[in-house]
Amino acid sequence: MDRNRFFFQHYGLNERDLERYLAAALSAGGDYADLYFEYLSSTSLMVDESMVKSASQGISAGCGVRVIAGERTGYAYTDDLSPERILHAAHTAALIASGPAKTPTVGFQEKPARSLYPVTLPSVDAEITAKVELVMRADSAARAYDRRIKEVRASYADELRHILVVASDGTFAEDSQPLARMNVSCIAKTDASSARGSSGGGGRVALDFFFGEKTPEYFANESARQAILQLDAREAPAGEMEVVLGPGWPGVLLHEAIGHGLEADFNRKQTSAFTGLIGKRVASEKCTVVDNGTMPWRRGSLNVDDEGQPTQNTMLIEKGILKGYLSDKLSARLMGVADTGNGRRESYEHIPMPRMTNTYMLAGEEDPQDIIHSVKRGVYAVNFGGGQVDITNGKFVFSASEAYLIEDGQITAPIKGATLIGNGPDVLTRVSMVGNDLKLDEGVGTCGKDGQAVPVGVGIPTIKIDRLTVGGTAKKDVGSFMQ
Amino acid sequence: MSTAQLETGNPKLATDLKDLAQDIVRRAMSGGATAAECVIREDDEFSTLVRLGQVETLKESGSKAVGVRVFYGKRAASTYSSDFSRAGIDRMLSSALELAKITSEDPYAGIPDPSQFGALPGDLDLYFPDVYSLPGTERISYARRTEKAALDYDPRIKNSEGGSFDAATGHKILANSHGFVGEYRRSYCSIAAVPIAQTESGAMQRDYWFSVARSLSRLESPEKVGTIAAQRTLRRLGARKVKTAHVPVVFDPMVANSILDHIFEGVNGDSVYRGASFLAGKLGQKIAGDSVNVIDDGTMPGGFGTSPFDGEGVPTRRTVVIENGVLKSYLLNSYSARKLGLQTTANASRGLAGTPGIGPGNYFLQPGTKTPQAIIAGIPEGLYVTEFLGHGVNLVTGDYSRGASGLWISGGELAYPVEEITVAGNLKEIFFNISEIGNDLEFRGAVACPTIRIDGLTVGGE
Repeated sequence: MDRNRFFFQHYGLNERDLERYLAAALSAGGDYADLYFEYLSSTSLMVDESMVKSASQGISAGCGVRVIAGERTGYAYTDDLSPERILHAAHTAALIASGPAKTPTVGFQEKPARSLYPVTLPSVDAEITAKVELVMRADSAARAYDRRIKEVRASYADELRHILVVASDGTFAEDSQPLARMNVSCIAKTDASSARGSSGGGGRVALDFFFGEKTPEYFANESARQAILQLDAREAPAGEMEVVLGPGWPGVLLHEAIGHGLEADFNRKQTSAFTGLIGKRVASEKCTVVDNGTMPWRRGSLNVDDEGQPTQNTMLIEKGILKGYLSDKLSARLMGVADTGNGRRESYEHIPMPRMTNTYMLAGEEDPQDIIHSVKRGVYAVNFGGGQVDITNGKFVFSASEAYLIEDGQITAPIKGATLIGNGPDVLTRVSMVGNDLKLDEGVGTCGKDGQAVPVGVGIPTIKIDRLTVGGTAKKDVGSFMQ
Repeated sequence: MSTAQLETGNPKLATDLKDLAQDIVRRAMSGGATAAECVIREDDEFSTLVRLGQVETLKESGSKAVGVRVFYGKRAASTYSSDFSRAGIDRMLSSALELAKITSEDPYAGIPDPSQFGALPGDLDLYFPDVYSLPGTERISYARRTEKAALDYDPRIKNSEGGSFDAATGHKILANSHGFVGEYRRSYCSIAAVPIAQTESGAMQRDYWFSVARSLSRLESPEKVGTIAAQRTLRRLGARKVKTAHVPVVFDPMVANSILDHIFEGVNGDSVYRGASFLAGKLGQKIAGDSVNVIDDGTMPGGFGTSPFDGEGVPTRRTVVIENGVLKSYLLNSYSARKLGLQTTANASRGLAGTPGIGPGNYFLQPGTKTPQAIIAGIPEGLYVTEFLGHGVNLVTGDYSRGASGLWISGGELAYPVEEITVAGNLKEIFFNISEIGNDLEFRGAVACPTIRIDGLTVGGE
């Protein structure tokens, strides 16, 4: 145990204290207890009307205590890290159990840690003037892109989260998790119409990422391009048709249609449309889907999850066959399966649950151009606003922010925001072509579940779905797009 | 099982926090700020979830945090912290003063004019300590009874995501360098059930129902809530797809709320001054059908959107947003009001950090005279929407396309459940096409809408 020990240094904690708190948590019995210490510092900046109108910084710190007894969870937290308040929280959480006191495992064990985001200077500690430069450059670039760009908002946000997780099973895990992101949104206007565009990206990266790999100009140009393009967009068709998804962010389809339904808590409770489908075909054999928390610098990656378990690369669907679920400690124990390191939480105020990290489909063999050429009439969707799923009946929805008509194998006119709707357990069975161009998103995804938001990544190669419902408004096209 | 009692309602602490807020403002001013504003929040929460009769989670805690916004002339910045130690507060203040030096001069920046500050008198029926009055076992029993009523309602209810009981209280203090200081407390409690029904073929459907109130005494009975949850879930069983069609669409009150939300985003002063709203520049113009009247009222006693003052210390008020289809007012905070040359409507919403946003008070569509049944009875073929999925709304252009499920209307009656469909149109036309408004306005949150019928939408299916 020779790492930097943030909470030991800043709050005078030591291993004896931690053992004492865990003993208090198990004072009424219970099978398991853990403590989650969090210290989060963050910065955000926004430029609007070419002015830095808003700048803020903040710090929040606290400790959450969880006690598990059978299937029951007791939880309490405190934002005061004094021994009295942590003990009070531990005794409150302990009330879930009713039995003789248990003794936690003596002596913590720290597993060898990965280093997926080894930043030397966390962006949250970098010079604020450099961050101001980023948002101002984004503003200028977006305005310079086209004179029809009338409104620009550019924002930059970063944070550094220190966590320490200790548990009655001997778990001891510490991590420092940087996260940074830029966003640029634009409005383009002509006398006849107006349209919006937005772009952003980042990851668990240092500030230099935005001065090298992905510059403010890159995001600004992309945002402005989308807004200008949408000025001339036609109404989207309605009805079932062939849909081609472009590479990258359209992987949000996997997140909604598949990923949530494979989170182990829903399957333990048998409330997911995927319940009982392990070993069964849920996709065409061209589809292989993983959830991978171990990708360096990625927004959805973690060295350890919020229960102290190392993250991993988990096979969800292999050549169309459902292989496994995403689990946390509680689901793993109750279902008798391995913990995949997907126990995550928004903050110390929240109970962890199974969540995705970076979820994507592996590349296939087809040339993306051939995929488009194979479509007679359909929709090519390359950017999405977001999506939502009903876990129980499997229905999912997501909204395209940049999409085009495909006519006779050629991409033709851009179309206005169309909604795609389908059924999770069978949408991937209709995937007939998978491109060789796997791409991950730029690093802007945030997933919400039970009121808890966590950063995630998605990815996909170009794919063709033979039949999907598109919800547009075009009346004259309806007939020709019906099957 | 028992639960620890929370330390709530300590009047001494309240006074201390008010003093602390004023002290932080004074220290910001002596540190060189030309204006300053401090907000302190103190929150307690309790929640329990019972699933299939067994307690699944029990959560209980409290937290507090402080935020400060400082101005150097026309430059502003904000910081926040959960650390109330002297060192923590000092650090928050010095960071804010540093940060304000790097922001831009914005001629419209500032806190409201001193003449605008104030608070509504009285306690407005917002705080009832009885939300915590139940002993621990009773709280669990509320959750258990709510779930049980749903599970027992019909043998096809075979599973459940649980029954819950939640309670919370919040205490907010706001002080600024123009002499305003105010505080208020609010309480909240709710019960809910999320049953799952299954057909013989194994297809599952889930729905929910809930009751929410500021006082425990105003909560509906667990049995009533559980029963409605079961009924809402059962009516979805056996849902089918439909063919793409252009038919009248009836929105049940829970989903009709979303149409009001879109109007809110359209009249939100922040979107308006940026020209990012399809309603920008439409003051005094007809934007909706004659029967459409939309009100925002932050003063209603006991309301979920009620407070004595807004996020900038301006007393809340009643604002007519749309009258007989004509746009009468935007909803504004002081910044967007200055940008537009108007007066604030006391809709500032203040988080811990950043500049104040704009939020609703009690915001609603005035009810009509027809019952929901009568509205449905007038439709030969149509869609009754009970749930939306996804976020396909573009407020710049008004383009609207959302995933939906609900019940098909045939011969003036609810005939069978439908799902995996989309509802699409453009908001500019949708507001004009609100052809009927129900008499069933009921507040289950700050935003409330009766049943409405909208014509001219595309229902996308097979």
